[in-house]
Amino acid sequence: MEKYWGFIIPAVSVIVALIIAAFVIMAVGKSPIEAYAIMVKGAFGSSAAIVNTIVKTTPLILTGLAVGFGFRAGVFNIGAEGQMIMGALTATAVGINLGWAPPYFALSLTIIAGMLAGAGWAAIAGYLKAKTGAHEVVTTIMLNWIATYLSSYMVQVPLAVGSGTPKSPEIAPSAKLPILMKVGPMEMSAGIIISVIAAIVMYVLLEKTTTGYEVKAAGFNPYAAEYGGISISKNVTMSMAISGALAGLAGVVELMGVHHRFLGTLSGGKGFDGISIALIGQNHPIGIIFAALLMGALRTGSNEMQFAGISKHIVMIIQGIVIFLVAADRIVRTMILWRKRKKVKA
Amino acid sequence: MRVIEAILDVFRNPQFYSITLTASTPLIYASLGGVFSEVTGVVNIALEGIMLMGAFVSTAFAYYTGNPWIGILMAMVVGVGIAWLHAWASIKWWGDQIVSGTAIILIAQGITGFLMKPVFGQVGQTDLEKFKMIKHITKDINPIIRPIKLPFPENSFLGQAFGTISPLVILAFVSVFIGWFIIYKTTLGLRMRSVGENPEAADTLGVNVYRIRYFGVLMSGVFASIGGAFLSVGDTGIFKELMTGGRGFIALAAMILGNWNPIGAMFASLLFGASEAFANQLQSSKLIEVSSSVKPLFNMVPFIVTLIVIGGFIGKTRPPAADGIPYKKSE
Repeated sequence: MEKYWGFIIPAVSVIVALIIAAFVIMAVGKSPIEAYAIMVKGAFGSSAAIVNTIVKTTPLILTGLAVGFGFRAGVFNIGAEGQMIMGALTATAVGINLGWAPPYFALSLTIIAGMLAGAGWAAIAGYLKAKTGAHEVVTTIMLNWIATYLSSYMVQVPLAVGSGTPKSPEIAPSAKLPILMKVGPMEMSAGIIISVIAAIVMYVLLEKTTTGYEVKAAGFNPYAAEYGGISISKNVTMSMAISGALAGLAGVVELMGVHHRFLGTLSGGKGFDGISIALIGQNHPIGIIFAALLMGALRTGSNEMQFAGISKHIVMIIQGIVIFLVAADRIVRTMILWRKRKKVKA
Repeated sequence: MRVIEAILDVFRNPQFYSITLTASTPLIYASLGGVFSEVTGVVNIALEGIMLMGAFVSTAFAYYTGNPWIGILMAMVVGVGIAWLHAWASIKWWGDQIVSGTAIILIAQGITGFLMKPVFGQVGQTDLEKFKMIKHITKDINPIIRPIKLPFPENSFLGQAFGTISPLVILAFVSVFIGWFIIYKTTLGLRMRSVGENPEAADTLGVNVYRIRYFGVLMSGVFASIGGAFLSVGDTGIFKELMTGGRGFIALAAMILGNWNPIGAMFASLLFGASEAFANQLQSSKLIEVSSSVKPLFNMVPFIVTLIVIGGFIGKTRPPAADGIPYKKSE
């Protein structure tokens, strides 16, 4: 039984959350069955819907990996949102100036710039935690707001183009990710391949390398790890930087694969979704891919639900309940064991 | 040089001091709530979510009943309810307190967004006139708690800065003093601190660790929700989606900087409130011309100040020893 808890707890949490959300939908006088049917149809009902879901899933895998890697290393990176913004913003600044470069050069340079920016932004919080003990939850939230306002300034003044919604110019065609599939207006870029590769790299890094072992050891029991000769302060900064690089990459694939220019709405809460995804996926790269798919489907489906008069905020409520139950996983364990005990008695 | 002159001018303007008070008040309440919770050993990052619910609930009741004080009262009730959820997960079920707090923030953001249309008839932000039209209400509604006049000479500096003031601002300082008195001068406070420092020892001495921790967390719900309600019915009279805008986390920073002491947290809140007021006043200064596209840079100021202060000073403050660690009573 113990082996399967990693799967059972998130699965039961999601089901319980969907049931509670059904009551919330009922409370505003709508039919939850109809609402969920619209949601499923919106996410998987046609080939365009499926492509849309995959496009939405792509950055979520990366923010999920970012937060999940942080959890494994013992840091709570609640700042994936800001790191994603900084990654996309820096990649934009680089990408719009690469018209002269051949694609392989432009692509790799833009990706690396974005990842470095995300890593650097997160490393500030890591460094502060290592040096002064400032809790990363407070510092990364502050960095989120600073990134939000900084990007808002950047697309209004130095990088501004056109009128209307503040936006940057388009990045060079050579810096756009190749399109794998096109259904109607929906384009699926190579971003999904990047995301899956990132998940594999994280798996190998955590399970097969010394660095991964040190990161996990430091996250599991910092005092024992320090005693065993692992530098905690170095590890905290490095873990935050790797986590931030993944979040930065999320911003990069969203920029190079979907919008091709920086917009204020580019991050749109995807960094925060990473927290739910990491927890549902139990911080395991493969689990995170599936959790991201679930969240991507919820996001795509909820857009359709919005047309049926049900606010898409319901997704946030579902996410919140899932995280709550995963945080206090003993509630779910007790629920399951209690049922079992009752069965045994009967 | 003009910039320096503009900065000095901000400090000479009484309005800066009155805005500082308005900007600090939500932080004072929320950080006091944070102190109550963490002194007993429960980390409560849900403050942001509780504040948001407080702002929402108080606006809703102020609009429907026409009495903002009923709004405040109901905000407190709901605030205690959400805080109980956090207490239940972290005390009874030994849940991860930071993750549970994050969950509650998400639930609060989700519920307030979800209920905008059913409750106020519009999304984004509330508009009292439209609300009255939609709900066919004809009577006058005053959604803002009436400020009171203090006996300062009207044209004096003090009169302009603090002459008209919301009773909630005064109540904030009173609450801080009462909070400090409870935590440091009463038996209950001694128990709270002992449970936060060494729950095993407190338990051995017959203190009910769980009950004291529940008390601490529920009190944080009371104060954080008033702090949130101040943003709506205490100040602007409207509710905006996500209107707390990170203030719950700035309040946490104030609590840390204030070394988990209500009075320290109050001074830290005033510092962060002053930085918000400063940015606000400087960008509207007549001595320098600030185009609207540069305004985001000014909005960054409170967050940068918080980051620097928290990164630079935190090593010198110390959290309660058992802060964030669930207490597992041995059977």
